[in-house]
Amino acid sequence: MASEAQVLTPAVKKSSSSSTLVRVGKYTLVRLITLFVTVVIGVYLTILIANMGGYVDNIMRAEIQERITLQASQSQAWKNMDTETRQKFVEDKIALEVKRLGLDQPMVVRSFRYLFNALTLNLGRAQNMTSDSGSKTVRLIILERLPATLLLLGSANLILFFGSITIALSLSRRYGSFWDKLIITLSPTSAAPPWFYGIFLILIFAALLKIMPFGGLVDAPPPENRIEYLLSVLKHLVLPASALIISGLFLTIYNWRTFFLIYSSEDYVEMAKAKGLVSRDIERRYILRPTLPTIITNFALLLIGLWTGAIITETVFLWPGLGRTLFRAIGLYDIPVIVASTIIYAYLLAITVFLLDFLYALVDPRVKIGSGS
Amino acid sequence: MNTLRKTFQQISRYPSAVAGSIVIALLVIVAVFTMITIPYKEAIRLWRGGEEVWYQNPKYAAPSWVNLFNKKKLPVSFTIGDGDDAMTKTVEQRGEGTSRITTLYTFDYNYDGFPQELLLYFKTIYTEKQPFVSITWKTPDGRELRIADFGVDPTVTYRFSQDEKLKRRLGGGNAVEALFADPNSEELIPLKGTYQVVMLATAFEEGSDLNAEFVFHGQVFGLAGTDHQRRDLMVPLLWGVPIALAFGLVASLGTSVLTMIIAAIGAWYRGWVDELIQRVTEVNLVLPFLPILIMVGTFFSRSIWVILGVTILLSIFTGAIKGYRAIFLQVRESMYVEAARAYGASDIRIIFVYLIPRMIPLLIPGLVSSVPAFVFLEASLAVLGLGDPVLPTWGKIINDAQTNAALYQGYYYWILEPAVLLMITGLGFAMLGFALDRIFNPRLRGL
Repeated sequence: MASEAQVLTPAVKKSSSSSTLVRVGKYTLVRLITLFVTVVIGVYLTILIANMGGYVDNIMRAEIQERITLQASQSQAWKNMDTETRQKFVEDKIALEVKRLGLDQPMVVRSFRYLFNALTLNLGRAQNMTSDSGSKTVRLIILERLPATLLLLGSANLILFFGSITIALSLSRRYGSFWDKLIITLSPTSAAPPWFYGIFLILIFAALLKIMPFGGLVDAPPPENRIEYLLSVLKHLVLPASALIISGLFLTIYNWRTFFLIYSSEDYVEMAKAKGLVSRDIERRYILRPTLPTIITNFALLLIGLWTGAIITETVFLWPGLGRTLFRAIGLYDIPVIVASTIIYAYLLAITVFLLDFLYALVDPRVKIGSGS
Repeated sequence: MNTLRKTFQQISRYPSAVAGSIVIALLVIVAVFTMITIPYKEAIRLWRGGEEVWYQNPKYAAPSWVNLFNKKKLPVSFTIGDGDDAMTKTVEQRGEGTSRITTLYTFDYNYDGFPQELLLYFKTIYTEKQPFVSITWKTPDGRELRIADFGVDPTVTYRFSQDEKLKRRLGGGNAVEALFADPNSEELIPLKGTYQVVMLATAFEEGSDLNAEFVFHGQVFGLAGTDHQRRDLMVPLLWGVPIALAFGLVASLGTSVLTMIIAAIGAWYRGWVDELIQRVTEVNLVLPFLPILIMVGTFFSRSIWVILGVTILLSIFTGAIKGYRAIFLQVRESMYVEAARAYGASDIRIIFVYLIPRMIPLLIPGLVSSVPAFVFLEASLAVLGLGDPVLPTWGKIINDAQTNAALYQGYYYWILEPAVLLMITGLGFAMLGFALDRIFNPRLRGL
């Protein structure tokens, strides 16, 4: 309707183009600010939760006390000191460690410092964790694990995404066929999470058939040869990736199929069929085109979802990815690592949400930025 | 009433919905049965009791029904104690306060494997001088083997495999296997037939008595098997049912009802209330759900009720709230709401009496289909080692099995039993929810 009105009255169009710019500009600004405020609040809440309102501080202090006292009682060099000197030495060391972790400052002050550092992506140094290469820099700890997670989740999710869309498209054409009914029947199986299927896969292929490894990234010891190393990684990748794919497959196919079916019952699709267009053309021009915004949204969310890793699947398969690093960081009360993981996800999400608005307008001429959302 | 009957008629047309309903009904029956037959306190005692509760059970024993599928029959665990037919006890007074107590334990052994361990749990009564026992082993082919002779303390456990003297006398190998081994066979195979343990005891005081329980740790146990701490897995498997149902249902009910109420309030009042709800939803999207649950579990409390509360809290403000809001915004403009406003109904009355009931058909499918996600969430946290420290749940069994490398060691039953139950529960709710979605959602009905 709107486009029709524009065609009929070209004079109005000109005056509206400058107002479009203002509208888009204003919308962009408001959207950016709300997204930023959302990120700030979300990250600050995470920081507070990671600290449990000072509760974790007490745990950490007790832990430092215990560790250093134990160290003192076991150290040969300190044994020769008299009790008083040793006591003072221990207290100094505890104070130093408390200061290193920033526990001497109140939580409120520290929480804002964490927030500020996080927002400026100054990820800093981990408190208790070290990377496998021995670094305490949060950036390095994360970068070290990123490839493993990207490999696992990337391969699994991309196969899942494109595989399910392709299958769903062909199913929506064969509506009511045997395969269609099979997918509908199997879709409740997606109620179980990937790790659950992982356990079954390990049971069948690793324990019973002994053709696949139980877990890990490569054989131990890792092969010297680069090609052998790659093959070994691929072999270890098969089971966890299959677990991720199986868990999502049937429900994803079902959802896409239903979604495409709704669009294929539109009048213009019927019209195209009546015109005698090839089914491939109908799919591409009349079904995929209007559903493109949804497909893009899902794909974008998939991409940023890679960042979080799959905590439990990685744990079950002993896969050295980001999810397991985050889990380990929580176990070690390492707030910088937890916050770093959260802030990067929050930024990625905010940027994606922001860009998607513009992308919709690009791929779908019916969408106008900043009008009545 | 009519619509209810119509709904049931429609449900009965979907075979998956019927199957799902049957599974759910069975689970509810099992849950009620469990809570009546094994009261909560008893379940906790059996789950966390300690060695004195579990001593009768072997370690890592598969369930007895594996013998149905195996050609090689594995020995089933049993216990012979006071009052059992297999035990005969005779007391013979010898004068001067001395008495002679003869206890016979008789059992048939028709298995192809060897037991894990044989034990005698003694309970004796005496004041100064301890009774003295000598134990003899009688095999089906008539051999008599001397096991041990010793004075018995008030409570003492005699383990056949840990008696070094017995081991040496039997040739240095595994004593339990040597007791059952067929002497005429080249290979190490057990001799089948009736075995007997003869325990001759002499008590030296008036009123002194000796009782012993003979415990046979086979390789299979009960209907569910046992774990690394000799616990009967039947207890957590059965108790896992009510816990999983309670967690799943309370979480999904709490989440969907609260989501709906909040969406209705936002849509009704509009303005800043609506705006606030929208912003909170966006903030909630940024919060990492699973890591926060893990943090609460690690730092604060692993109690299932705390985790449940946090789960509900984090699941209210999700995408669903936007969907409900959009529909409420439409309903709010409808004529009957207008009429309600005209007769002067209060805001609260309109929200709870006019807006929300309208949405219940939409609520039910979502509620049922989200149950499996919560059931699996509880299991997932347990697999990460954050299960409730007190309650016996399916997730905890899987966690125990994982930490003891059950799959690697070949204790498949240990993981399969809880996993199959989880799968059945998840599928039951998912199938019903799926069908309900197609019934209540007219857009999907034809598809």
